[in-house]
Amino acid sequence: MNNIFQAEHITKNYNQFCALDDVSITVPEQSIFGLLGPNGAGKTTLIRIINQIIAPDAGRLFYSGIPLKPEHVQQIGYLPEERGLYKKMKVGEQAVYLARLKGLDAAEARKQLRTWFEKFDLTHWWNKKVEELSKGMQQKVQFIVTVLHRPKLLIFDEPFSGFDPINVNLLKQEILKLRKEGATIIFSTHNMGSVEELCDYIALINKSKKILDGSVEAIRKEYSGHLFQVEMDMNKPMTPSMLDSRFELIGTTMKNGISRARIRSDGHSTPNELLGQLMNISQVLSFNELIPSMNDIFIKHVTGHFPVNNEDSTE
Amino acid sequence: MYTAAKYKLQANMNKISTIIQREYLSRVRKKSFIVMTLLGPILLASLMIAPVIVTKLSDRQYKVAIVDHTHLFYDRFRDTNNFLFTGLSGSIDRAIELMHEGRFDAVLHIPEIAFEAPSSLRLFSEKATNLNAKIHIENILRQEFENLKLEAAGIDRGVLLGIDTPLSIAAIRIKKDGLEQTDYPEISLALGIISGILIYIFIFLFGSQVLRGVMEEKTSRIVEIIVSSVKPFQLMMGKIIGVGLVGLTQFLIWIVLTFAIVGTVRTAAPGLFRFTPDEQVYLTTSQVLNPQEMQERMEAVQQANTPAGQVIKGLMAINFPVMIGAFIFYFLGGFLLYSALFAAIGAAVDSEADTQQFMFPVTIPLIFSIIMAQMVMLNPSGPVAFWLSVIPLTSPVIMMVRIPFGVPYADLIISAVCLVAGFIFSTWLAGKIYRTGILMYGKKASYAELWKWIRHH
Repeated sequence: MNNIFQAEHITKNYNQFCALDDVSITVPEQSIFGLLGPNGAGKTTLIRIINQIIAPDAGRLFYSGIPLKPEHVQQIGYLPEERGLYKKMKVGEQAVYLARLKGLDAAEARKQLRTWFEKFDLTHWWNKKVEELSKGMQQKVQFIVTVLHRPKLLIFDEPFSGFDPINVNLLKQEILKLRKEGATIIFSTHNMGSVEELCDYIALINKSKKILDGSVEAIRKEYSGHLFQVEMDMNKPMTPSMLDSRFELIGTTMKNGISRARIRSDGHSTPNELLGQLMNISQVLSFNELIPSMNDIFIKHVTGHFPVNNEDSTE
Repeated sequence: MYTAAKYKLQANMNKISTIIQREYLSRVRKKSFIVMTLLGPILLASLMIAPVIVTKLSDRQYKVAIVDHTHLFYDRFRDTNNFLFTGLSGSIDRAIELMHEGRFDAVLHIPEIAFEAPSSLRLFSEKATNLNAKIHIENILRQEFENLKLEAAGIDRGVLLGIDTPLSIAAIRIKKDGLEQTDYPEISLALGIISGILIYIFIFLFGSQVLRGVMEEKTSRIVEIIVSSVKPFQLMMGKIIGVGLVGLTQFLIWIVLTFAIVGTVRTAAPGLFRFTPDEQVYLTTSQVLNPQEMQERMEAVQQANTPAGQVIKGLMAINFPVMIGAFIFYFLGGFLLYSALFAAIGAAVDSEADTQQFMFPVTIPLIFSIIMAQMVMLNPSGPVAFWLSVIPLTSPVIMMVRIPFGVPYADLIISAVCLVAGFIFSTWLAGKIYRTGILMYGKKASYAELWKWIRHH
């Protein structure tokens, strides 16, 4: 598979503050790539570097295998986190202006915009000033402007913030459609749950360093197999003494004569070994491996262990 | 390789011109621009026409009845464009009655003792006294009284006129090549200060438009979208050039419309601007003139020396192409210099309130040059004038003050070169601050911070 974008060993300092420290990412073509991490991790800096808004202090950037050049901005669409438009300028005129800056000629831009405005129900707003639009509508205009010049690489910084759930869905559909049509999408978000279902690949960034990357599938697989949820037919809660030292009991509940428990394994034991121990205690009603969320994985990486979900435990 | 570079340049130029277009059109289409553009010439034209109209064009003839109890002077008052005199016999009360009936605007009473006691003269009017009429009548009576006194002393008036020499030094500048040129220092003074102030206002007005434009882009956050398509420097230059063209457009429309208005008024009322050319006014000693001719010339001199006459003469003497050309150059140079700094300020701050600490030092040289303009006016070719018109921060205003007085080419060239160098430097400096500043939020910019931005890279 070809890689549409690569960043190698990117470092960026602002005076004494280090915003990015030796970060490398590889974005395969026609994928959805999630750039995840808490606020202030360095995501926006990396995105600005990809957009050639700022230059890195060290490191190399490649677009489709060749070093990134200023002309490549025409093939990149960027939706920044902090969105804004000229308030006093008319919606249509402004969209045409921004499209022209991306290299489209005015007539072509107008033609394309009409289609998009229809799709997003904005046709009547063409001659209105931006300040007359609701925030949601402004965001739609901004999304249209981002994708209008049919960029091969789309970069969305916190794309869903500020949209209501209906529009979030509309946006997700459009993004999936764009990918289907051949575009590659880089997302950045601190809200890891929101893009988990969309992303094929992710990179986790924390405190200016990349701490994890790869395909979502592979990462999940790597981090699964350690946490299990079981239901036993017994009328007392499980106790740690029922299991040997390789397995840790991290929560138990009793409900209608069913004892439910979460168990963490040390990572060297197989699920069958755990199941064998459980079978000796009582009748096993259910046995599930818990797939960790990206959020869990992130917290595990930052704090060293998975978050303990206490919502249904008694102890 | 060559074509690729050419294509790249072309694409960049297209983007800058797209930015310039937007900056230009969005401002030119504003109502405030249209209003200012139309009001300006009307104001300027009326500045040129008003003094002429005030002195020349009276609304209607002012009717004065003369009750002359000396019977010596009533036939000395000749009707003019402005005044209509009627001699009345009979009592002053009757004349005043007629005035109240509306037959006259004023009644001049010359009592029998008027010659011996001029303070007994009276000018009655129903409405407020017409000052022009009063002055006109006073002049006539003064001359008549003088004539009487001269006659009594046995002196011929013609002889006296020959003695009384009206004196006005014609200031002539002789260049090395022998070319002579009449100076009108008063007009140069007025013109210099007007164009100095105008350039000051223009730089301020359009410079702060750049500042507001940059701040608008920063605070609305659209800048991040734009700089993902163009280089920050391109955006900054596009804005500066666009706004500069707006200023230029406004100025050129002002000039064209002002001349159109003045021209229209001139053709509509040709008499308004007709004055005896000054060459014919000055008395030539070689020529022996009879008293009658002499008197006519004297009157012509007087007329040409009225404020309106001075203004007309001075205006005729202005070298408009040089003035306008210089204004355009110094406006553009000064504007580019200052607006780059204004753009940097706009990029460095987060809110209008924060602009003050940076605006102050930037505007000080501008304000200083307006203050110094007064000193420069008094000695337009002195060392202060020279140095202030070399320093790019003050030269736009100071040079405009100097130019109506005539400036040596060497001075002009030094000043122009320094100004061009000045704005190239300020644009380069501003570009560095701008590039970092527009993407920096929530951090209060200090001078130390700005210095870091300049040094970075």
